[in-house]
Amino acid sequence: MSDLAHGLPLSAPQIVLKQVVKQFGSNRVIDHLDLSIPQGQKVALIGPSGSGKSTVLRLIKGLETYQQGSIEVAGSSVPTRGGGWRWPGSKKAPVVHRVGMVFQQFNLFPHLTVQENVTEAPFRVLKLTREEALARAHQYLGLVGLSHKADAYPAQLSGGQQQRVAIARALAMRPQVMLFDEVTSALDPELVGEVLAVIRAIAHEQQMTMLLVTHEMKFAQDIADRVLFMEAGKIVADGSPEQILINPDNARTRRFLNRVEQR
Amino acid sequence: MNFDVAFAWSIMPELFQGLLVTMQVVVLGFLLAVLIGLILAIAQRKRAGSVNSLTRRLSSAYVSFFRNTPLMVQLYVLFFALPLAGITLPAISTGVIGLGLYYGAYIAESFRGAIEGVPAGQWEAARALDFDTATTWQRIVLPQALKPMLPVLGNYLIGMFKETPLLAVITIPELFQAAKQIAGMTYRYNEPYTVMALMFLAISVPTSLLFKYFERRSHV
Repeated sequence: MSDLAHGLPLSAPQIVLKQVVKQFGSNRVIDHLDLSIPQGQKVALIGPSGSGKSTVLRLIKGLETYQQGSIEVAGSSVPTRGGGWRWPGSKKAPVVHRVGMVFQQFNLFPHLTVQENVTEAPFRVLKLTREEALARAHQYLGLVGLSHKADAYPAQLSGGQQQRVAIARALAMRPQVMLFDEVTSALDPELVGEVLAVIRAIAHEQQMTMLLVTHEMKFAQDIADRVLFMEAGKIVADGSPEQILINPDNARTRRFLNRVEQR
Repeated sequence: MNFDVAFAWSIMPELFQGLLVTMQVVVLGFLLAVLIGLILAIAQRKRAGSVNSLTRRLSSAYVSFFRNTPLMVQLYVLFFALPLAGITLPAISTGVIGLGLYYGAYIAESFRGAIEGVPAGQWEAARALDFDTATTWQRIVLPQALKPMLPVLGNYLIGMFKETPLLAVITIPELFQAAKQIAGMTYRYNEPYTVMALMFLAISVPTSLLFKYFERRSHV
């Protein structure tokens, strides 16, 4: 769509949504949406609540069914009934993990320690050895600054720490695409900074594609290569942070940004 | 009313034999009930537009049948009616199966509630990490569902234990049967029935304390 406009190489895009329609009953939450994202791009999705931002992320991960159109991630298609459940595969066969996701409510596994939260999927899904999985846990817990909490349980951590563990857990799977769904919205204001700092650090990773749904406009402006403004299940503005956030020529975007700033 | 301590001691070995049979039937029946309850609960889990609606209906039919007929009737059917169809089982196996089938229906309902109590976000996190279904159940959902289940399971285990006198009707030589036989042969009622009651207590109370301990320990 706008690969050239942002000076990025014109290669096969990594994420492609074509004419996607998603409805709950008669309520259409995604309305013939087209979107194409090249590898390595950092994309921020903004817009009023209920505009379908989170749904776009959930569709890409395969957590939602959809009625029309097609979705492709790294060359393989996400079926309309959602990513579906993987049936138990062979003990040896590792899974190709393409998309990682971090949720608003963290969704850590409360009965597992921080370290077990991070090692569980590399061990069970990627079939790494215990030692390899542990090494990854150390690496990514170090990255989010929580090595010293490895043996704690999620309930013993602050919201900001829990979210950082959730980020480490997703990164330990080494996904090609990372989805961040309003990851700071459930946090107390003083804890937002530490989580954003971690995401900023990851954003330096050139290869990783990132999609973020966020209400932190300043943050979006800092790390995003591209900003999408959504309304009523459609992308109504698509451009660089300067075009969308600083000099919006779209009247609705301007109104939305004014409202956000007034808060 | 007199209580002959020496006589009470002398009937201990016989009563103890009965207690062992009771405990054997209860432990095996309980394991069977938990297994049946778990399978039924998983079969009943709602999933939109899948093939599962048949298994779900079968599972609810099972639950309502076994919860809405008396255990004694079920035991009679298993013990006296099945042999007419050519299926003959030893009395103890029949008791284990009877208790397992009946309590499985109750345990299924509690499991279902406990499984529904695991937040949707846990399933989504498991899916986001590409866990397969079996791993999600085994490592994420069931460990969390089992925690609130512990006291419930403890109650069912003790409840089951206290229902075992019913098994006397299908000729299982359990504790109650043993006490009745001693009473019938010696015409002394005080000692066998008192010792029997104490034996029931001696098992029930520690079991209930044990489950309380498990429960406390699982609250990390």
